[in-house]
Amino acid sequence: MSVTAPTPTTGSNPAPPPRSRERIPQERNKVLVFGGMALAGFAFPFLIQAFLKGTDYISVISTANSIFVYILLALGLNIVVGYAGLLDLGYAAFFAIGAYTMAFLTSASSPLAGTPFHTNFWIALPISFLMAALFGVLLGAPTLGLKGDYLAIVTLGFGEIVPITFNNLTQLTGGDSGLSNLDQPPFPLVEFSPTNPIPWYTLSLIVVIFSIWMVRRLIDSRIGRAWQALREDEIAASAMGLDLVKTKLLAFGMGASFAGFAGAIYAGSINTANPSQFRFDVSIIVLAMVILGGMGNLWGVIVGALVIQLLDRLLIPSLLDTVGGAGQDIIKTNGKGDFFGQLLINISSSQTRLLIFGLLLVSMMLLRPEGLFPNSRRRMELHDGDENGSQRRLNKLQKWLTDTGIWTFRATDEKDLQPQLGLTDDPLEQAERSHNINYNPSVNESSDPDDDKDKR
Amino acid sequence: MDLLLDAKDVSKVFGGLTAVNKVDFNIPARTIVSLIGPNGAGKTTFFNLMTGIYAPTTGTVLFNGQPLIGLKPHEVTQRGIARTFQNIRLFSNMTALENVLVGQHSRLKTGLFGAITRSPKVKQEEQMARDKGLELLELCGLKGKDEEFAKNLSYGDQRRLEIARALGTNPSLLLLDEPTAGMNPNETARLTRLVQTLRDERGLTVLLIEHDMKVVMEISDRVTVLSFGRKIAEGLPEEIKTNSEVIEAYLGKAYAQTATEKAKES
Repeated sequence: MSVTAPTPTTGSNPAPPPRSRERIPQERNKVLVFGGMALAGFAFPFLIQAFLKGTDYISVISTANSIFVYILLALGLNIVVGYAGLLDLGYAAFFAIGAYTMAFLTSASSPLAGTPFHTNFWIALPISFLMAALFGVLLGAPTLGLKGDYLAIVTLGFGEIVPITFNNLTQLTGGDSGLSNLDQPPFPLVEFSPTNPIPWYTLSLIVVIFSIWMVRRLIDSRIGRAWQALREDEIAASAMGLDLVKTKLLAFGMGASFAGFAGAIYAGSINTANPSQFRFDVSIIVLAMVILGGMGNLWGVIVGALVIQLLDRLLIPSLLDTVGGAGQDIIKTNGKGDFFGQLLINISSSQTRLLIFGLLLVSMMLLRPEGLFPNSRRRMELHDGDENGSQRRLNKLQKWLTDTGIWTFRATDEKDLQPQLGLTDDPLEQAERSHNINYNPSVNESSDPDDDKDKR
Repeated sequence: MDLLLDAKDVSKVFGGLTAVNKVDFNIPARTIVSLIGPNGAGKTTFFNLMTGIYAPTTGTVLFNGQPLIGLKPHEVTQRGIARTFQNIRLFSNMTALENVLVGQHSRLKTGLFGAITRSPKVKQEEQMARDKGLELLELCGLKGKDEEFAKNLSYGDQRRLEIARALGTNPSLLLLDEPTAGMNPNETARLTRLVQTLRDERGLTVLLIEHDMKVVMEISDRVTVLSFGRKIAEGLPEEIKTNSEVIEAYLGKAYAQTATEKAKES
């Protein structure tokens, strides 16, 4: 029985409706701003060199270099978490794989040293990137059926396994001390070296610019739309013809390849790869960058990476130094047994930075879950309701603190909590509620098969 | 008449519950067929069997003469079946146009490499997809709303956007799961006209699950009635209206008897 299916056509192609909106000038402005920033980025090391005498500038530029590496990581994780909506808590694993591939191929202490397989940086770079992408897909494959918390736990495990494996494969990776003395990339006229960070800085900057350009194109394409559809609703996405397996693996592979690049450059620039550089806190810090900046927003994520790296490398250390110094002073005047002085010295330990990040992450989730820079179009819509939104979340926080008994607010605050309990007169909230619930008066079938599917 | 979809002896068992029980069902090409029945009759389960979300326990489903069983949802879509959802499942944080573009996913070819390089061919494909998306939005009465986020559209617009998105997959068979649920009479009338346009002008075949009998009787070429997973009646809308088993399923035995007697008297 063969049936000629009626092939619906798009009709006789009507004249394309004019694409109005002020999109084009906006785009041009963005390109100008971006170009300006890139130029400033390239000029930065020379300016610093001119202003800071001696060796100070080297540490500034190495810091800037590692900021770029983290921006790269954040860009990659943003693809997986921000666009495709797959929560990955083991992202440092791919960073480690990139770095170790680079070190294994180019380090003087690697078992390959002296064999024909010992390669130079430029050949090892694409190999590192491919290795990371491969492992991204390998990790992705067994987790295809998992979502949300379950996926997070599997990736968490992977993030732990990889550095531990590198640590224990002493024969291949040098164990605890890792691999060092990597071949520096040969390049005409420019000498890469661990003590001269400017070429490394420039290389990282070029890679970051290229990555931004690439992500922008990817996101506004068939592939990027598929990732976002996956994040929004898997069942609807597959009903619209998306191959979930392909789309997910592509997201994992793409995200991991960014980390592979970042790892290779990082290992090369600091001239070593060892397991302690890729612990769990790296995954969390990169995740914090993505969340702080605003998931799924390219520029927000970059700002998030900048803010967190600056906090991590400049602000928090100097803050802790000050606290520690104050503690020392107190002990000097009051004697060794002074509790407060000891406390301050303990606080000033480097582990406190994780506490600060934890607090930052928690308060971010409570007060501004959409990040510092949510999707620009969305922000425009929320523009006049934004203050209400923050106020609402503040109320939520107060309510939570009250409910859990951590803190009780005075009676006047109780009034502020009222809108939370009953109906709200905030139009924004009303809109949010009515749209999110998908209220459908005719749905009262005892079993909703779509829900069944979710559980499988 | 050419059969676009032909299901034979289809059953689906969930644990101890037989949601669909040995149903024979077919859809002739270029018709609007409605699937009705009381709540819990197995209509949506039947839909999910057609679209690959469930695999039937027994039975065969042929689409265009090709077996559908065992295909994944996206493969079913690629063969030309598109659907909407009873409880709206739009991509809420994407614009209306982007929703329709995702619908066109399986008809576009751009891969990873093409997306990054953006060759003229890719650009042309993208432009054509956008034009088609805008055209479909206009067809579904969403002109000028292409840049709106799906979640910010009104309820009726969201229902229409689901149809536009499904049309993006370029289907020959469109499955609509309660498209007029929650709509006011005005919106319902517009939607009814839209479905008719799809059949008459675009040659689409439509399978409709619907509770609004006015809509069902107005636009259906054929009506099939399910009750407790069984097919209890099938035929033209007029026949279904007077079928005593159908009246019984909806209103109970006592009413069905009086109704049949009344019909005999008159």
